[in-house]
Amino acid sequence: MFKILQKTLRAGTVTQPYPETAASLASGFRGLPEFDLENWRDARPAADACPSGAIAVTDAGRFRTVTVDYGRCILCGECAAVTPEGAVRVGRNFEAAATDRKALVISAQYTLDAEGRQTCLVRAAPEIGRQLTRQIHRILGRSLAIREVDAGSCNGCELEIVALNNSVHDIERFGIHFVASPRHADMLLVTGPVTRNMELALRKTYDATPDPKLVVAVGACGISGGIFGTNYATRGGVDQVIPVDVYIPGCPPRPEALLFGILMAVGRLRNRQ
Amino acid sequence: MREVLEQLTQEFAGRIAAAPSYPDQLYAAIAIADIPAIAAALRSRHSARLAAVFAEDRVRPEAAFYNYYVFERRGNPCYLILRARIPAEDPRFPSLAPALPSVNWQEREIHDWFGIQAEGHPNPRRVALHDNWPDVHPLRKDFPLHTALPAFEGDQHVYRPTLGEGVFQIPVGPVHAGIIEPGHFNFAVAGEPILYLQLRMFYTHKGTEKLFEQLPAQKGVFLAESVSGDSAFSHATAFCQAVEKASGMDVPSRAGFMRTVLLELERIDNHIADVGAIAMDVGFVIANAHAGRLREMALAINEELTGSRLLRGMACLGGVRRDWSASQIAALRDAIATLEREFRDLVALLKSSDSTRDRLERTGFLHPEKASALGIVGVGGRASGIDLDVRRDHPYAAYRHLSWRVPVYQEGDVLRRMQVRIDEVFESVAMLRAALGDLPGGPHRAPDLVIEPGRCALSAVEGWRGEILYWVRTGPANRIERCKIKDPSMNNWPGLVEAVQGNIIADFPVINKSFNLSYSGTDR
Ligand code: SF4
Repeated sequence: MFKILQKTLRAGTVTQPYPETAASLASGFRGLPEFDLENWRDARPAADACPSGAIAVTDAGRFRTVTVDYGRCILCGECAAVTPEGAVRVGRNFEAAATDRKALVISAQYTLDAEGRQTCLVRAAPEIGRQLTRQIHRILGRSLAIREVDAGSCNGCELEIVALNNSVHDIERFGIHFVASPRHADMLLVTGPVTRNMELALRKTYDATPDPKLVVAVGACGISGGIFGTNYATRGGVDQVIPVDVYIPGCPPRPEALLFGILMAVGRLRNRQ
Repeated sequence: MREVLEQLTQEFAGRIAAAPSYPDQLYAAIAIADIPAIAAALRSRHSARLAAVFAEDRVRPEAAFYNYYVFERRGNPCYLILRARIPAEDPRFPSLAPALPSVNWQEREIHDWFGIQAEGHPNPRRVALHDNWPDVHPLRKDFPLHTALPAFEGDQHVYRPTLGEGVFQIPVGPVHAGIIEPGHFNFAVAGEPILYLQLRMFYTHKGTEKLFEQLPAQKGVFLAESVSGDSAFSHATAFCQAVEKASGMDVPSRAGFMRTVLLELERIDNHIADVGAIAMDVGFVIANAHAGRLREMALAINEELTGSRLLRGMACLGGVRRDWSASQIAALRDAIATLEREFRDLVALLKSSDSTRDRLERTGFLHPEKASALGIVGVGGRASGIDLDVRRDHPYAAYRHLSWRVPVYQEGDVLRRMQVRIDEVFESVAMLRAALGDLPGGPHRAPDLVIEPGRCALSAVEGWRGEILYWVRTGPANRIERCKIKDPSMNNWPGLVEAVQGNIIADFPVINKSFNLSYSGTDR
């Protein structure tokens, strides 16, 4: 007993105060890629290199539409590695959760020269920003019970969700806890891609959760199917099967990114001091 | 293995033909009808172990399927891979499962994926496709990846009924109470003790092996990272090694050392988490709290070295994607020192608790003979007397430059499965130090190579769970024509079924945790 106490005292407080203060990130951390749309001369190498199909290039005559879907991005950094002139950079942002699936997609229109290089940015849809603090369910604003559902993931997202419960991230300090049954839950935190074999179980879990309820889709696979996409065995993103309130990009999203998205879903994100 | 093959060739005169091989993997063609006799000879006379059985569709070019049988023998770094033609118009093969329970699931999988019948199989029901799937064989080349299957009908799986007075069935899952992957457990209990357990896996089947066939090999690396997210670097390395071997690509020695460092870091962070989780499942909450804290330290150094807490985005063909600076290596040295000291404290804390030992000792006993018959690998195997370690038996990356002790216990209980992990964390720490001490200079990545089509190669990695096998056939345009993945969990699930028998149902969580198998790695 004495040893246990001694050890505990020596360890001290390890809980990180995020989101009150910024997350502590390793210097090498790879966040979402950032795109300098004005100065991007050729999106084709990045689109070719992107393993999850997050970057798409569509040419029509002398015009090109480039879309980047953060809902598919697995944060690999390849787009930045193959793009010269620094037009694509590996960023450090991970706070990209959104209530609207479309808000995760950037799109830009360019005119082209004879070699197919982009000469001029004609139009760009807004870059993801903090379209935050929208209160979806005020009624759930105090304590929150979450039921996690793995609808087909590789277990990467689960590891980070488990980490929310350790003493460093300690999600219980917000009165948020994970429960064993959907009957006790206010929120379903769902990872994907939703496999054909989990589709029924996911629907039944959703139906068993009492109203009002929230659904949060976790990770590139939960949002869009990610690198797996849709195929004979998967249905793609969670919203192909049940309605989704918040999307949390990442592969997997780090615990702070999960916390950010969960707090967003219950309207509890305040501006950082 | 070369002598073994020569002897076999004499015994089965004229019916075994050597095929193009590598120094560490010999290929030979056999007649499919001979496989039971050859497998029996290899097992009894040459004490070889059948590590994997899988199939390939070559119907378009050769009007045939092929089955592959991968054998290995303790003390011999060379694999023997037997390849047997199965004519497309008569797709069946003699089952080895009656004599070799370890291939039970693998042979049924071949049937589900390819529609090749395992004749004489003791339990020829579907294993990979659930019962409500239509009659399809997804890994056949004439089955497109994007096939839209009709809505599923009927039961996902029919369980054997449980009969007898006072015997109850308890169905659990696929959605579990904890934050874990989905699968269905069907317990038959008489009072508290478990009579037997029926498993239903493959809920997370994502068409992964099929998807590999559509991606350029460079992108396949990222897919391999998503086969089992807790083993991202091990799986990706196994894939890279297979492609590198097939295309004759040499990996710079610095890259080999860096891979070794990352593989051992993956082992450390997962083992620490498991030690904590086992303690948690017997109520030692504070030990798990410390383990969680240590794991965060391990993930922080992972992120420092690779940009990702789970070591993603670092593996690549021909080496590793980024080099390390002197300051990153210094940070790693510091992290190792802290982790070692803290982990020593955690182990002392665990050992100070008699009640913890009492709950773990003799719980979930897996008899060494059973373990051997079922082909249990990795941590679960070493706790039940099975002395296998791919790093030692088939060295890759920089392992031939390192030495370590492989912990093996005979007691086969939860306590020993935890002890194997504890021992391995300390061994890995020492290996990290040695690897950093000898880290060579030079490039961290070979220049991009064009992949030569039509080449096959096997690769093995000792992931933290155990033996991960990848086998690839290269295709044109830098693509992969077939990618077979074998996660250690595939063999070990039946070990869990064995180990829980006779234990009280309340001990199931800790027994399950002590194996901690991958659902996604099994289901793919
Ligand atoms: S970082 Fe994201 S957008 Fe860029 S290549 Fe990787 S997956 Fe694609």
